[in-house]
Amino acid sequence: MTLHIDIPEETLGGILAKAFRNTAFLTGFVISVLILLMAATSYVWTPYDVTKLVIADKTQGPSLAHWFGTDHFGRDILSMVMVGARNSIAVALVAVGIGMGVGVPLGAFAAARGGLVDEALMRINDLVFAFPALLSAIMITAIFGPGAVNAIIAIGIFNIPVFARVARAGALAIWPREFILAARAAGKSSTQITIEHVLPNIATLLLVQGTIQFALGILAEAGLSYLGLGAQPPMPSWGRMLFDAQTRMVAAPWMAIFPGMAIVVTVLGLNLLGDGIADILDPKSRRQR
Amino acid sequence: MIAYLLKRLAIALATLILASIVVFAVLEILPGDPARLMLGMNASADQIELLRDQMGLNAPLIWRYLHWAGGLLSLDFGRSYTYSVPVIDLVRERLAVSLPLALIALALSTVIAIPVGLFSASRRGRAGDTISMGAAQLGVAVPNFWFALMLIYVFAVWLRLVPAGGFPGWSAGIWPALKSLLLPAVALALPQAAILARVTRSALIEVLNEDYIRTARAKGLPYRTVLWRHALRNAMIPVLTILGLQFAFLLAGTIIIENVFYLPGLGRLVFQAITQRDLIVVESVVMLLVAAVIAVNLLVDFSYAAVDPRLRSRS
Repeated sequence: MTLHIDIPEETLGGILAKAFRNTAFLTGFVISVLILLMAATSYVWTPYDVTKLVIADKTQGPSLAHWFGTDHFGRDILSMVMVGARNSIAVALVAVGIGMGVGVPLGAFAAARGGLVDEALMRINDLVFAFPALLSAIMITAIFGPGAVNAIIAIGIFNIPVFARVARAGALAIWPREFILAARAAGKSSTQITIEHVLPNIATLLLVQGTIQFALGILAEAGLSYLGLGAQPPMPSWGRMLFDAQTRMVAAPWMAIFPGMAIVVTVLGLNLLGDGIADILDPKSRRQR
Repeated sequence: MIAYLLKRLAIALATLILASIVVFAVLEILPGDPARLMLGMNASADQIELLRDQMGLNAPLIWRYLHWAGGLLSLDFGRSYTYSVPVIDLVRERLAVSLPLALIALALSTVIAIPVGLFSASRRGRAGDTISMGAAQLGVAVPNFWFALMLIYVFAVWLRLVPAGGFPGWSAGIWPALKSLLLPAVALALPQAAILARVTRSALIEVLNEDYIRTARAKGLPYRTVLWRHALRNAMIPVLTILGLQFAFLLAGTIIIENVFYLPGLGRLVFQAITQRDLIVVESVVMLLVAAVIAVNLLVDFSYAAVDPRLRSRS
């Protein structure tokens, strides 16, 4: 999906200038890049080896040697948080890809066709929505076994109706507009109109929803790992770390505090980024400022 | 209006039937033979076959589905493989924990979110708006189970005001029971309230830009009247939609939160049943939760008609 917005007077430079003035966008962008860098760094370097258990160093509080402390096996929490970021990002990102890849065409198609096709697609949507997402995710991981890949599938399936709904609602608002009528009069097919006029006009909506679902995916992955259904040990994951921390809250609260903060900061960064993008690219929201 | 309501009702029923087929089909393909599970490792093939016959597992698929669906309708959910008690008894017992928990959380979230959204929208761009939306932004980012752990640390471990987990049962008195639901409800409600406040604010801002709001202000109505009577009412549709969706989130959220607080609720029941392959319990509870979500969404659809007169006249 290409991302271009129908605002003729807007140049790339103009958008960039606006981006630099937008606090939400800047904060979100910086946080997101830092988290990405942290995950990338973990491939080549972490302060300590996360697979090595050093029982002599177990449950130590934060110190100069271990900034975030150590867990009950003496592993360095900072290193585990770094490696855990990979897992969270990968799961959530692919799940968004699945949701967008399937959901947006479905929603746009439903809006373009209308009638029975629309009705049928939306009923299937209702059906998926009727299952609380986490519950279906638990069932899916229970069928196929726990693991990162199945977590991706479980979260991705839940993303599909979200994007279908957003794409359909956005497209329905675009279809009655005059420029669509003009395109029709010019003899364009509904598929052409959808690709050339509808999708660019709902791209902002989809991009913003994408960052929201990315953030939600990180939360969902953490929830699944917390229940033991996500990435399996020894691969560290933020949710699993919180599970391990729970029974040790009194003796080692840092085991819970830092992985949780990692989740909060990541999700916050993504949400700010989404809000910022919406502000910058959507002329309507700019008028409201 | 009646045609609209009937249509929504028909859609809800169709969704429910489809959902029951999906649940049944999914659990049919789940690995693991309940008969083998019940009899244990040392059972002979003959014994297992006999029990499968008794449990009706050898009957044709469609017959089993109809039997199961008919049972659901008459609230006869069958017997749990692992607990060896009727599922309906388990459900009733667990519902007494989960339903109050979800309702308290929903109420808390609404009571916090709507006023915050109103406040923010009416002070758009000013310090009050920035602070409350900053807080909401943070609230959306907090995973409810981590928030729960932090609440436990502060209020149960440190201040010792409430129990860290467990549930004394309603027989122990209303207050002790409510006390143990308090932290879980707050943990569930906060992230939901943050989302709802943001939706309320943006829906209100959208409405406040409409021409009829300017007209209402121009004819001299006080801002407060315009905000409550004209704007809030028109902003209710997105707010109600999110409230309906949030109910599903709350139900799912209880699965994790009940695990954090060791609450004997439906969520914990279904999670344990899945890991123990207690399929009858899984089927029943999932169907119950799905039915609840569908019912709430139907209510939301009906309430659209109540707040939007256009839907009332449309057939």
